[in-house]
Amino acid sequence: MGMNMTEKILAKHAGLDSVTAGQLIFCQLDMVLANDVTAPPAIKEFEKIGRPVFDNTKIALVPDHFTPNKDIKAAGLAKTVREFAKKHQIKNYFEIGRVGIEHVILPEKGIVGPGMLTIGADSHTCTYGAVNGFSTGVGSTDLGVAMATGQAWFKVPKAIKVVLTGKKPKYICGKDVILTLIGMIGVDGALYKAIEFAGEGVAELTMTDRLTISNMAIEAGGKNGIFPFDEITKEYVEGRVQQPYEAVAPDEDASYEKVIEIDLSKLTPVVAFPHLPGNTHPVSEIDKIKIDQVVIGSCTNGRLEDLRQAAEVLKGHSVHPDVRCIVIPGSQQVYLDAVHEGLVDIFINAGAAVSTPTCGPCLGAHMGIMAAGEKAVSTTNRNFRGRMGHVDSEVYLAGPYVAAASAILGYIAVPEEVN
Amino acid sequence: MSLEGKVWRYGDNIDTDVIIPARYLNSFDPKDLAAHCMEDSDEHQEAPFAANVVEGDILVGGKNFGCGSSREHAPVAIKASGVPVVIAADFARIFYRNGINIGLPLLEIGDDVEKIHHGDKLRVDTSTGVIENLTTGDVFHAQPLPGFVQDIAKAGGLINYIKAKG
Repeated sequence: MGMNMTEKILAKHAGLDSVTAGQLIFCQLDMVLANDVTAPPAIKEFEKIGRPVFDNTKIALVPDHFTPNKDIKAAGLAKTVREFAKKHQIKNYFEIGRVGIEHVILPEKGIVGPGMLTIGADSHTCTYGAVNGFSTGVGSTDLGVAMATGQAWFKVPKAIKVVLTGKKPKYICGKDVILTLIGMIGVDGALYKAIEFAGEGVAELTMTDRLTISNMAIEAGGKNGIFPFDEITKEYVEGRVQQPYEAVAPDEDASYEKVIEIDLSKLTPVVAFPHLPGNTHPVSEIDKIKIDQVVIGSCTNGRLEDLRQAAEVLKGHSVHPDVRCIVIPGSQQVYLDAVHEGLVDIFINAGAAVSTPTCGPCLGAHMGIMAAGEKAVSTTNRNFRGRMGHVDSEVYLAGPYVAAASAILGYIAVPEEVN
Repeated sequence: MSLEGKVWRYGDNIDTDVIIPARYLNSFDPKDLAAHCMEDSDEHQEAPFAANVVEGDILVGGKNFGCGSSREHAPVAIKASGVPVVIAADFARIFYRNGINIGLPLLEIGDDVEKIHHGDKLRVDTSTGVIENLTTGDVFHAQPLPGFVQDIAKAGGLINYIKAKG
C-alpha cells in the first residue's frame, strides 16, 4: 500500500520507510512555534526538564496575540517570551515593529516549507499544509518538551481526500472553499484526521487561497490540511525557503478513508452563522442581517491578496455609518505593500480603521471587542460563543469580498449588491 | 484509580473559548483560570460551574469536547477546578493531547455518553476505563489509551515521562 503526503512526511521524520494510520511514532521536528499566550507556560514546562534548547534556529517565538501589549499582565507574558528568546538566542523571535501574525509571517519569511514538519502551540499551525508541509497544533507542554528534545509523538492519522474540480467563479476565494467543506462534513468531520487536497481545481487556487484553506482544517477537527506541490507552490517558496526541502506527492495507491468532491464552479459566497464554523449558508439565501462591526485580517485572511479583495470592493465607497470596519494587515510586509499599492488609502478614505498586525479581535483579546447584542462579519476563523467579546455578541465568518460588501451596506451582503 | 463524583453535563462541541475565554489568558496561574472555567457556557447558568463545582465532581461532554484553540489553559482550568476526570463521546485532538500531557485523565465512551445526565453520580476507574453510573446502574467501558500514551498518563503527564526516560 502506498503512502499519502501526510504519511510520507511523518515516516521520514520518524526515520521509518513507511507508516500506517493508527501507528504511534516519535518524530524529529523541523520547526517549533509558540506565541505570547502559549510560550510562557511552555517555557515553564521546558525549565522543569533542565536541558538547553535543542536548536535555537528551529524555534520560532511570535508574540502576536495580545500585542502591542493590551494590559499589564499581557506585558508580563511578552516580557517572559522576550527574555527567554534573548537568553537562548532564539533566531526567529520577532519584536513589535517586526512581528506579524505567526501563520502569516512563517510562510512569508520562508521559515516553513515543503516536506517540513512543524508543531506550534497554536491550533492554526495547520496553515503550513498550504506549502506542502506537515504542521499541526499542540499545547504548551508538548511545545516545552519539543524545545528541549526536538521531538514530539504522533499518532499517524487516517486521511480524507478532498478532490477539487472546476473553475473558481469571480468573488469566490479560499474562505468560501473551506467554509463550504466544513459545512459539508461538520466541525468534527475530520476529527483526528488529515485532510489532503487533490484534483485539477488545486491549480485554480492561489497560495493565499491555499493558506486560508489549510488554516481552517482545524475547524473541521483536522490534524492537518495539506496541498500537493505544484508550480504555484514552487513559485511561492523559491527564494523564500532558505534550507533545502523535499516536496512530497501522494502515491497513486495511497490510502484514504473517504473521498469528497468539491466543484469550484458551483460555489457561491458563503457565511458561517454563530456559533460554529460549520453553520454555513450561501449569502444569497439569507435574510438581511444588520451588523455593527467588520473585521478584515487574521491568520486566515490577513494577507495582501485578502486586502486587495477588500479594497476592490471598498474603493470609492464608504463604510456604513452604523458599522465599525477594522482592517488588520497580517504582517509588516503586508502592511507596507498595502501602503505602496494604495490599499491603505482606499481603506482610510472609506472610513475604515487600519491597525498594526495583531490577532487582537479574532480571539476577543483587544482591538475590536464587541458589546452585548452586537454582530460582526469577520474574515477570522472562529465564531464560538463570546469569541469576539461579550458572550451575547455574534460573529459571522466570511471571506474579504463579503466582509467588505457588508461593511458598505451595513448588512451581510455579496459584492454584487454594492453600487 | 477509582473515583466517585457528581456529574456536570454539557452538550456537543464544547469549545476551549467556552472552557476558558481568551480574556483570561493573560494569566496561566491554574487558580486564576479555574475561577473562570466554563464561564461563557450557556448551560447551567442558574448555578455556574466555577462558583459551584466541588472537588471530585466529574465533567461530562458530548461529541468533539475541547474543540478550537490549542490553549492548554483549558484542561488546566478544569483540573484546577478539582475535576479529576473528563468523560465525553469523543474529544478534539489537541485538547486530548493536552489532557494526557498535563495528567488529566480523559475517557471516550461514544454514544454511551447519552446515558449520563446532569447530577448523576459516577464511579470511574481511570486505569481500567470502567465507568459505573451509580444513579442509573449503567456500566460503560471507555476506549483504552494506545501504546506509550498509556505510559505518559501513568507517569502523570509528559514532563514526568520525559524526565523518567532521561
